[in-house]
Amino acid sequence: MSTFAAGSLALPLADDQLQRVSDAVAGLSPTQMQWVSGYIAGLGAAPSALAAAPPEPGRTLTILYGSQTGNGEAIAGALAARSRELGFATALQSLADYRQSNLRRESLAVFVVSTHGEGDPPDDAELFHEFLLSARAPRLPDLGYAVLALGDSSYANFCQTGRELDARLEELGARRLLPAVECDVDFEADAASWSDGIIGRLPEWLDVTPPAPRLRAVGAPARFGRENPFSARVLLNQKITARDSSKDVRHIELSLEGSGLTYQPGDALAVVAGNPPQLVEQLLRYLGASAGDEVLLGQETLTLSDALTQRLEITAASTGFVRAWAVASAAADLEELLGDGRQAALGDFLHGHQVIDIIRRYPARVDAQRFVSMLRKLSPRSYSIASSQRANPDEVHLTVAAVRYKAFGSEHWGATSTHIIDRVETGETLSVYVEPNSRFRLPDDDATDIIMIGPGTGVAPFRAFVEERAERGAPGRNWLFFGDRNFSSDFLYQLEWQKHLERGSLARLDVAFSRDQEHKTYVQDRIRERGADVYEWLEGGAAIYVCGDAQRMAGDVNAALVDVVAAQAKVSRDRAEQKIRELRLGGRYRRDVY
Amino acid sequence: MADRNLTEVERIKANSRHLRGTIAESLADPLTGALAEDDTQLSKFHGFYQQDDRDVRGERKRQRLEPAYSFMIRARIPAGVCTTPQWLNMDRLARHHANGTIRLTTRQAIQLHGVIKRDLKTTIAGINASMLDTLAACGDVNRNVMAPPLPALSAMHRQVRTDAERLSAHLTPATRAYHELWLDGEKLAGADAEPIYGATYLPRKFKTAFAVPPQNDVDVFAQDLGFIAITGDGRLLGYNVTVGGGMGMSHGEPATYPRLGDVLGFCEREQLLAVAEAVITTQRDFGDRTNRKHARLKYTIEDRGLDWFRGEVASRSGTRLQKARPFAFAGTGDVYGWQKSDDGRWHYTLFVQNGRVLDAGRRRLLSGLRAIADIHRGEFRLTPNQNLIISDVAAADKARIDELLQEFGIANDDHATPLRLHSLACVALPTCALAMAESERYLPSLIDRLDEELAAVGLADEAITIRMTGCPNGCARPYIAEIGLVGKGPGTYNLYLGASFAGDRLNSLYLENADEAAIVAALGSLFARFAAERQAGERFGDFVIRSGVVREIRAGRFFHGEAADA
Ligand code: SRM
Ligand SMILES: Cc1cc2nc3c(=O)[nH]c(=O)nc-3n(C[C@H](O)[C@H](O)[C@H](O)COP(=O)(O)OP(=O)(O)OC[C@H]3O[C@@H](n4cnc5c(N)ncnc54)[C@H](O)[C@@H]3O)c2cc1C
Ligand SMILES: Cc1cc2nc3c(=O)[nH]c(=O)nc-3n(C[C@H](O)[C@H](O)[C@H](O)COP(=O)(O)O)c2cc1C
Ligand code: SF4
Repeated sequence: MSTFAAGSLALPLADDQLQRVSDAVAGLSPTQMQWVSGYIAGLGAAPSALAAAPPEPGRTLTILYGSQTGNGEAIAGALAARSRELGFATALQSLADYRQSNLRRESLAVFVVSTHGEGDPPDDAELFHEFLLSARAPRLPDLGYAVLALGDSSYANFCQTGRELDARLEELGARRLLPAVECDVDFEADAASWSDGIIGRLPEWLDVTPPAPRLRAVGAPARFGRENPFSARVLLNQKITARDSSKDVRHIELSLEGSGLTYQPGDALAVVAGNPPQLVEQLLRYLGASAGDEVLLGQETLTLSDALTQRLEITAASTGFVRAWAVASAAADLEELLGDGRQAALGDFLHGHQVIDIIRRYPARVDAQRFVSMLRKLSPRSYSIASSQRANPDEVHLTVAAVRYKAFGSEHWGATSTHIIDRVETGETLSVYVEPNSRFRLPDDDATDIIMIGPGTGVAPFRAFVEERAERGAPGRNWLFFGDRNFSSDFLYQLEWQKHLERGSLARLDVAFSRDQEHKTYVQDRIRERGADVYEWLEGGAAIYVCGDAQRMAGDVNAALVDVVAAQAKVSRDRAEQKIRELRLGGRYRRDVY
Repeated sequence: MADRNLTEVERIKANSRHLRGTIAESLADPLTGALAEDDTQLSKFHGFYQQDDRDVRGERKRQRLEPAYSFMIRARIPAGVCTTPQWLNMDRLARHHANGTIRLTTRQAIQLHGVIKRDLKTTIAGINASMLDTLAACGDVNRNVMAPPLPALSAMHRQVRTDAERLSAHLTPATRAYHELWLDGEKLAGADAEPIYGATYLPRKFKTAFAVPPQNDVDVFAQDLGFIAITGDGRLLGYNVTVGGGMGMSHGEPATYPRLGDVLGFCEREQLLAVAEAVITTQRDFGDRTNRKHARLKYTIEDRGLDWFRGEVASRSGTRLQKARPFAFAGTGDVYGWQKSDDGRWHYTLFVQNGRVLDAGRRRLLSGLRAIADIHRGEFRLTPNQNLIISDVAAADKARIDELLQEFGIANDDHATPLRLHSLACVALPTCALAMAESERYLPSLIDRLDEELAAVGLADEAITIRMTGCPNGCARPYIAEIGLVGKGPGTYNLYLGASFAGDRLNSLYLENADEAAIVAALGSLFARFAAERQAGERFGDFVIRSGVVREIRAGRFFHGEAADA
């Protein structure tokens, strides 16, 4: 019997907290330092004091976020910055760090929370979500709240977590100050107006007249971001699957020279790209419209082909689109799909059908203007960064799988992956910005062992991890589980892994190639085979990272880890699941799945 | 043998525990398609070579993938006797575990290419399941023993074949490692013993062949050890023993050269094993283990002299060799088409271009031979010239075989000119690691052009031996071809002329670094001169010597010029 007490768990602060602490004490004189340490010790002595610490609840805006890939965190952070600037007492916290018992004392709390998995909360909101929906949740008569839900309407359970939070808080007697806002992947505008709404009414809600605005917090925001992406020159676009492979996966190298952009292993790079011209052609033909026809997007007039190519999501379909098209086509099937209790079916439908498939299957005559109004704004795609900036100062590397497939008798293309791979020549540029992901960081302690599980393109961030740790000369051991279809054609970065093994920068590598033998084998099978060692590593404080497919892999791997713990620690499955969960909440089991 | 400067391979052999090395571990490593460095040397003794597809080498490097490693497996087939069930088994293995082709070699053996590591065991076990094996098909041991493929031709041929099989068995390594690794034989408790070879085997590969005059189809003078059948009134009396033949050399290294075997003397059938063993142990003890390029028997004999060697053999075998008996060879190569043997059975020698058995367009060799093997009651025989004999056919069944040959478009008359029928090309690219130029994939098209040149001067029916190799190692025995082409670099070859049609005279350098244009131009004009100036019945190889186009090479050590003689 053991709980994985040892190792990196020992550090109770999340990276960002640690950052804030060290910022706070930066540049203090030894004497000042002594006083501060005493002060903090004192705070520690009175447990609840820390979180409840001044500014006292009654007068404080508490901003709580649950965020997996950083969007919500960014929004929450920006909101906090603004309200602080205006001089309002503001507390910003991840739901993971938030002490549930404090909720009762809050008078004003706003929530920014995304939805992941299949309608599940992001990892950092998991416990809070569970607590709030449980019977243990306290009545909250004094609480005023507002919820910003982040989601993606191409998933069936759109903004599920946000909706649940919003409904439950009301149930518990809290006061909804603003109607919940549900953001789709193009969340900027909605998120901004929601934030404005809050800032605007803070004086009233906190009933304080704001003191004179404080100076802007130091640390200028990154020059390049979602609103103004950087044009990164493509240095290399190299296929890294062999001729006879069933897949086309590319190693992409981009130049960051002059951008001042920085990233850490675990971060993602967002790529802003246009749609496949062939698909735009097909849509024009379908609509019987011509490229030059003008359409109105919001206030802006532009040609239909520009709208379809640059601005709108024309590949992945959304619930909103299905709803609109159901009306236009009066297709009973679609109506039926949108009915209650059909979430799962709708989810599958959305995944298996692109926009073009839906309109071909359920024909309708609509004019261009009406059609574009049914479509979502084209959103950037994320790609795990596959390089360490330490090792490649002016570059960022990606591992991109081409989404090209045949369905319903015609060619299909993924918008961004094929843009990166087929439509941008080496030397030309891609619009990109860094998406920090503080939830997927290497352990702060270089001596901590890590187990990386990254089949397919899920291996990308681990190339960055291993490069980074090799550069740093980190003593911790690195163990990688990789899997794909065929050994001879799909062993991504095989030569690099072999070198890392020789040099010791990779301690172990276990591979599973599903299509090389009769019975398919996957990484989760290898994990089970290596159960004893995996468990031994965990006992020694190792951290686990999983990246790649969210549909099946993430779940299967999780199940395998539970099995390993159950078998090795000789405990019940429930107990094992509990332990795995502890690992996740303790930040020693991190996932970045898509 | 505490010799400081022994070659790396000697160290590997010595530490290999009779050829086990870490092959088992290498096979189990899932992270690479390759073997551990040392094991790639030991694998040869087990009959397979690590290779990689050189067509995609550069491409895969950029793809951050290791080379496309695969293995060439060579099945040892003494005297080239392959039953139809054995053939069908090979055909199945080729299609399931290899690149879908079967390769007949210049030593009456069969090669499979493109077998990946995790299929090695199944494939090798599969070969053994049909009572063939791969042990000692390669490596520093005695290789596949060659003998004329048609024992049925006469009682004497039958006796020679039995001798060849006896010798082959006698010289097979005794190590149990092979059975442990591939046939799940239980691990040997005590140490292995190698009565003939010893723990470090031979300094280098060793090759043996039996010839029955007048046909020199085995190229007996290219062998380390040769036995030329001597007959008196239709009976096999014994053999003239030849020693010290070999083809391999390296460009720009005059100390390396092709050499024809010397006739050592005559021995009776009873002395066969003793003499062979004496030759081999002499080479084992005196061959140069400090330099692989100087380790073949031919150099041992050049360095120490034939008389010294004769003495060693005599004392080791306890028998004096008698004076060599007279013999005469008419030619090398195979006799094509139908032949009838003294037992009234029929045999069809099928031309297999460069030994590659595959389906290509309307010429469907692989399927054709499968179809024939299905109905054929006799055996298949592999020739020393990459061809195949459908052997032991009853007169009644001839017609059916002919039909099938036509049906699959593989009969000789179907495509082959005399020049093509007398051509050999080694494997070379893309599998051979040592290739400097194309060979098997290129010679057929070059022959198209040379045939035009011959036809243009009225020599369309002239038989000339032409052999190409992708490097100077000489796997297709190019230095005893009337026209020898030896790869120098991509698209360029050294052109050698003047060997005898019977394979008992080396050829001589005529053009260096010649590309196709130069080769065709040079041979075109020589063919014209030959047509105009030849004497009655004169062979092309003899003509170029008589007319001074090239000088005659009197001995291997003069191959790079008489000056090389010290
Ligand atoms: C398949 C075959 C050629 C063919 O087209 O049929 C062949 C193919 C190879 N030979 Fe050979 N040799 C083949 C007959 C010969 C012959 C002809 C003969 O034995 O009558 C010779 C010249 C005679 C001699 O040994 O001198 C020959 C002299 C060599 C040499 C040079 C040896 C030397 O001491 O000079 C090498 C390279 C080496 O051993 O270092 C070599 C090496 C090789 C290797 C294994 C390359 C390597 O070592 O990595 C070639 C494999 C290519 C491939 O992808 O299959 N092969 N090789 C022949 C197989 C014979 C068999 O069944 O065992
Ligand atoms: C945090 C994160 C990290 C990521 N990291 C990487 C990475 O490192 N490498 C990488 O390649 N990708 C990565 N992705 C995925 C990437 O962001 C894109 O989703 C992916 O490239 C597809 O985008 P697209 O624009 O090319 O395809 P889209 O235009 O989005 O088309 C995808 C749509 O096509 C349909 N579809 C796709 N495949 C099929 C199929 N086989 N059958 C039927 N319908 C199908 C589905 O409806 C799907 O919605 C990551 C995603 C996230 C969220
Ligand atoms: C693997 C994965 C699963 C997702 N599942 C859902 C879902 O079920 N419902 C939904 O509305 N949004 C879903 N989303 C979309 C996210 O909620 C959306 O991208 C949001 O902006 C992420 O915000 P965050 O970065 O703060 O986590 C999913 C995203 C990913 C990567
Ligand atoms: S002659 Fe050279 S190229 Fe040809 S098979 Fe032999 S070793 Fe390879």
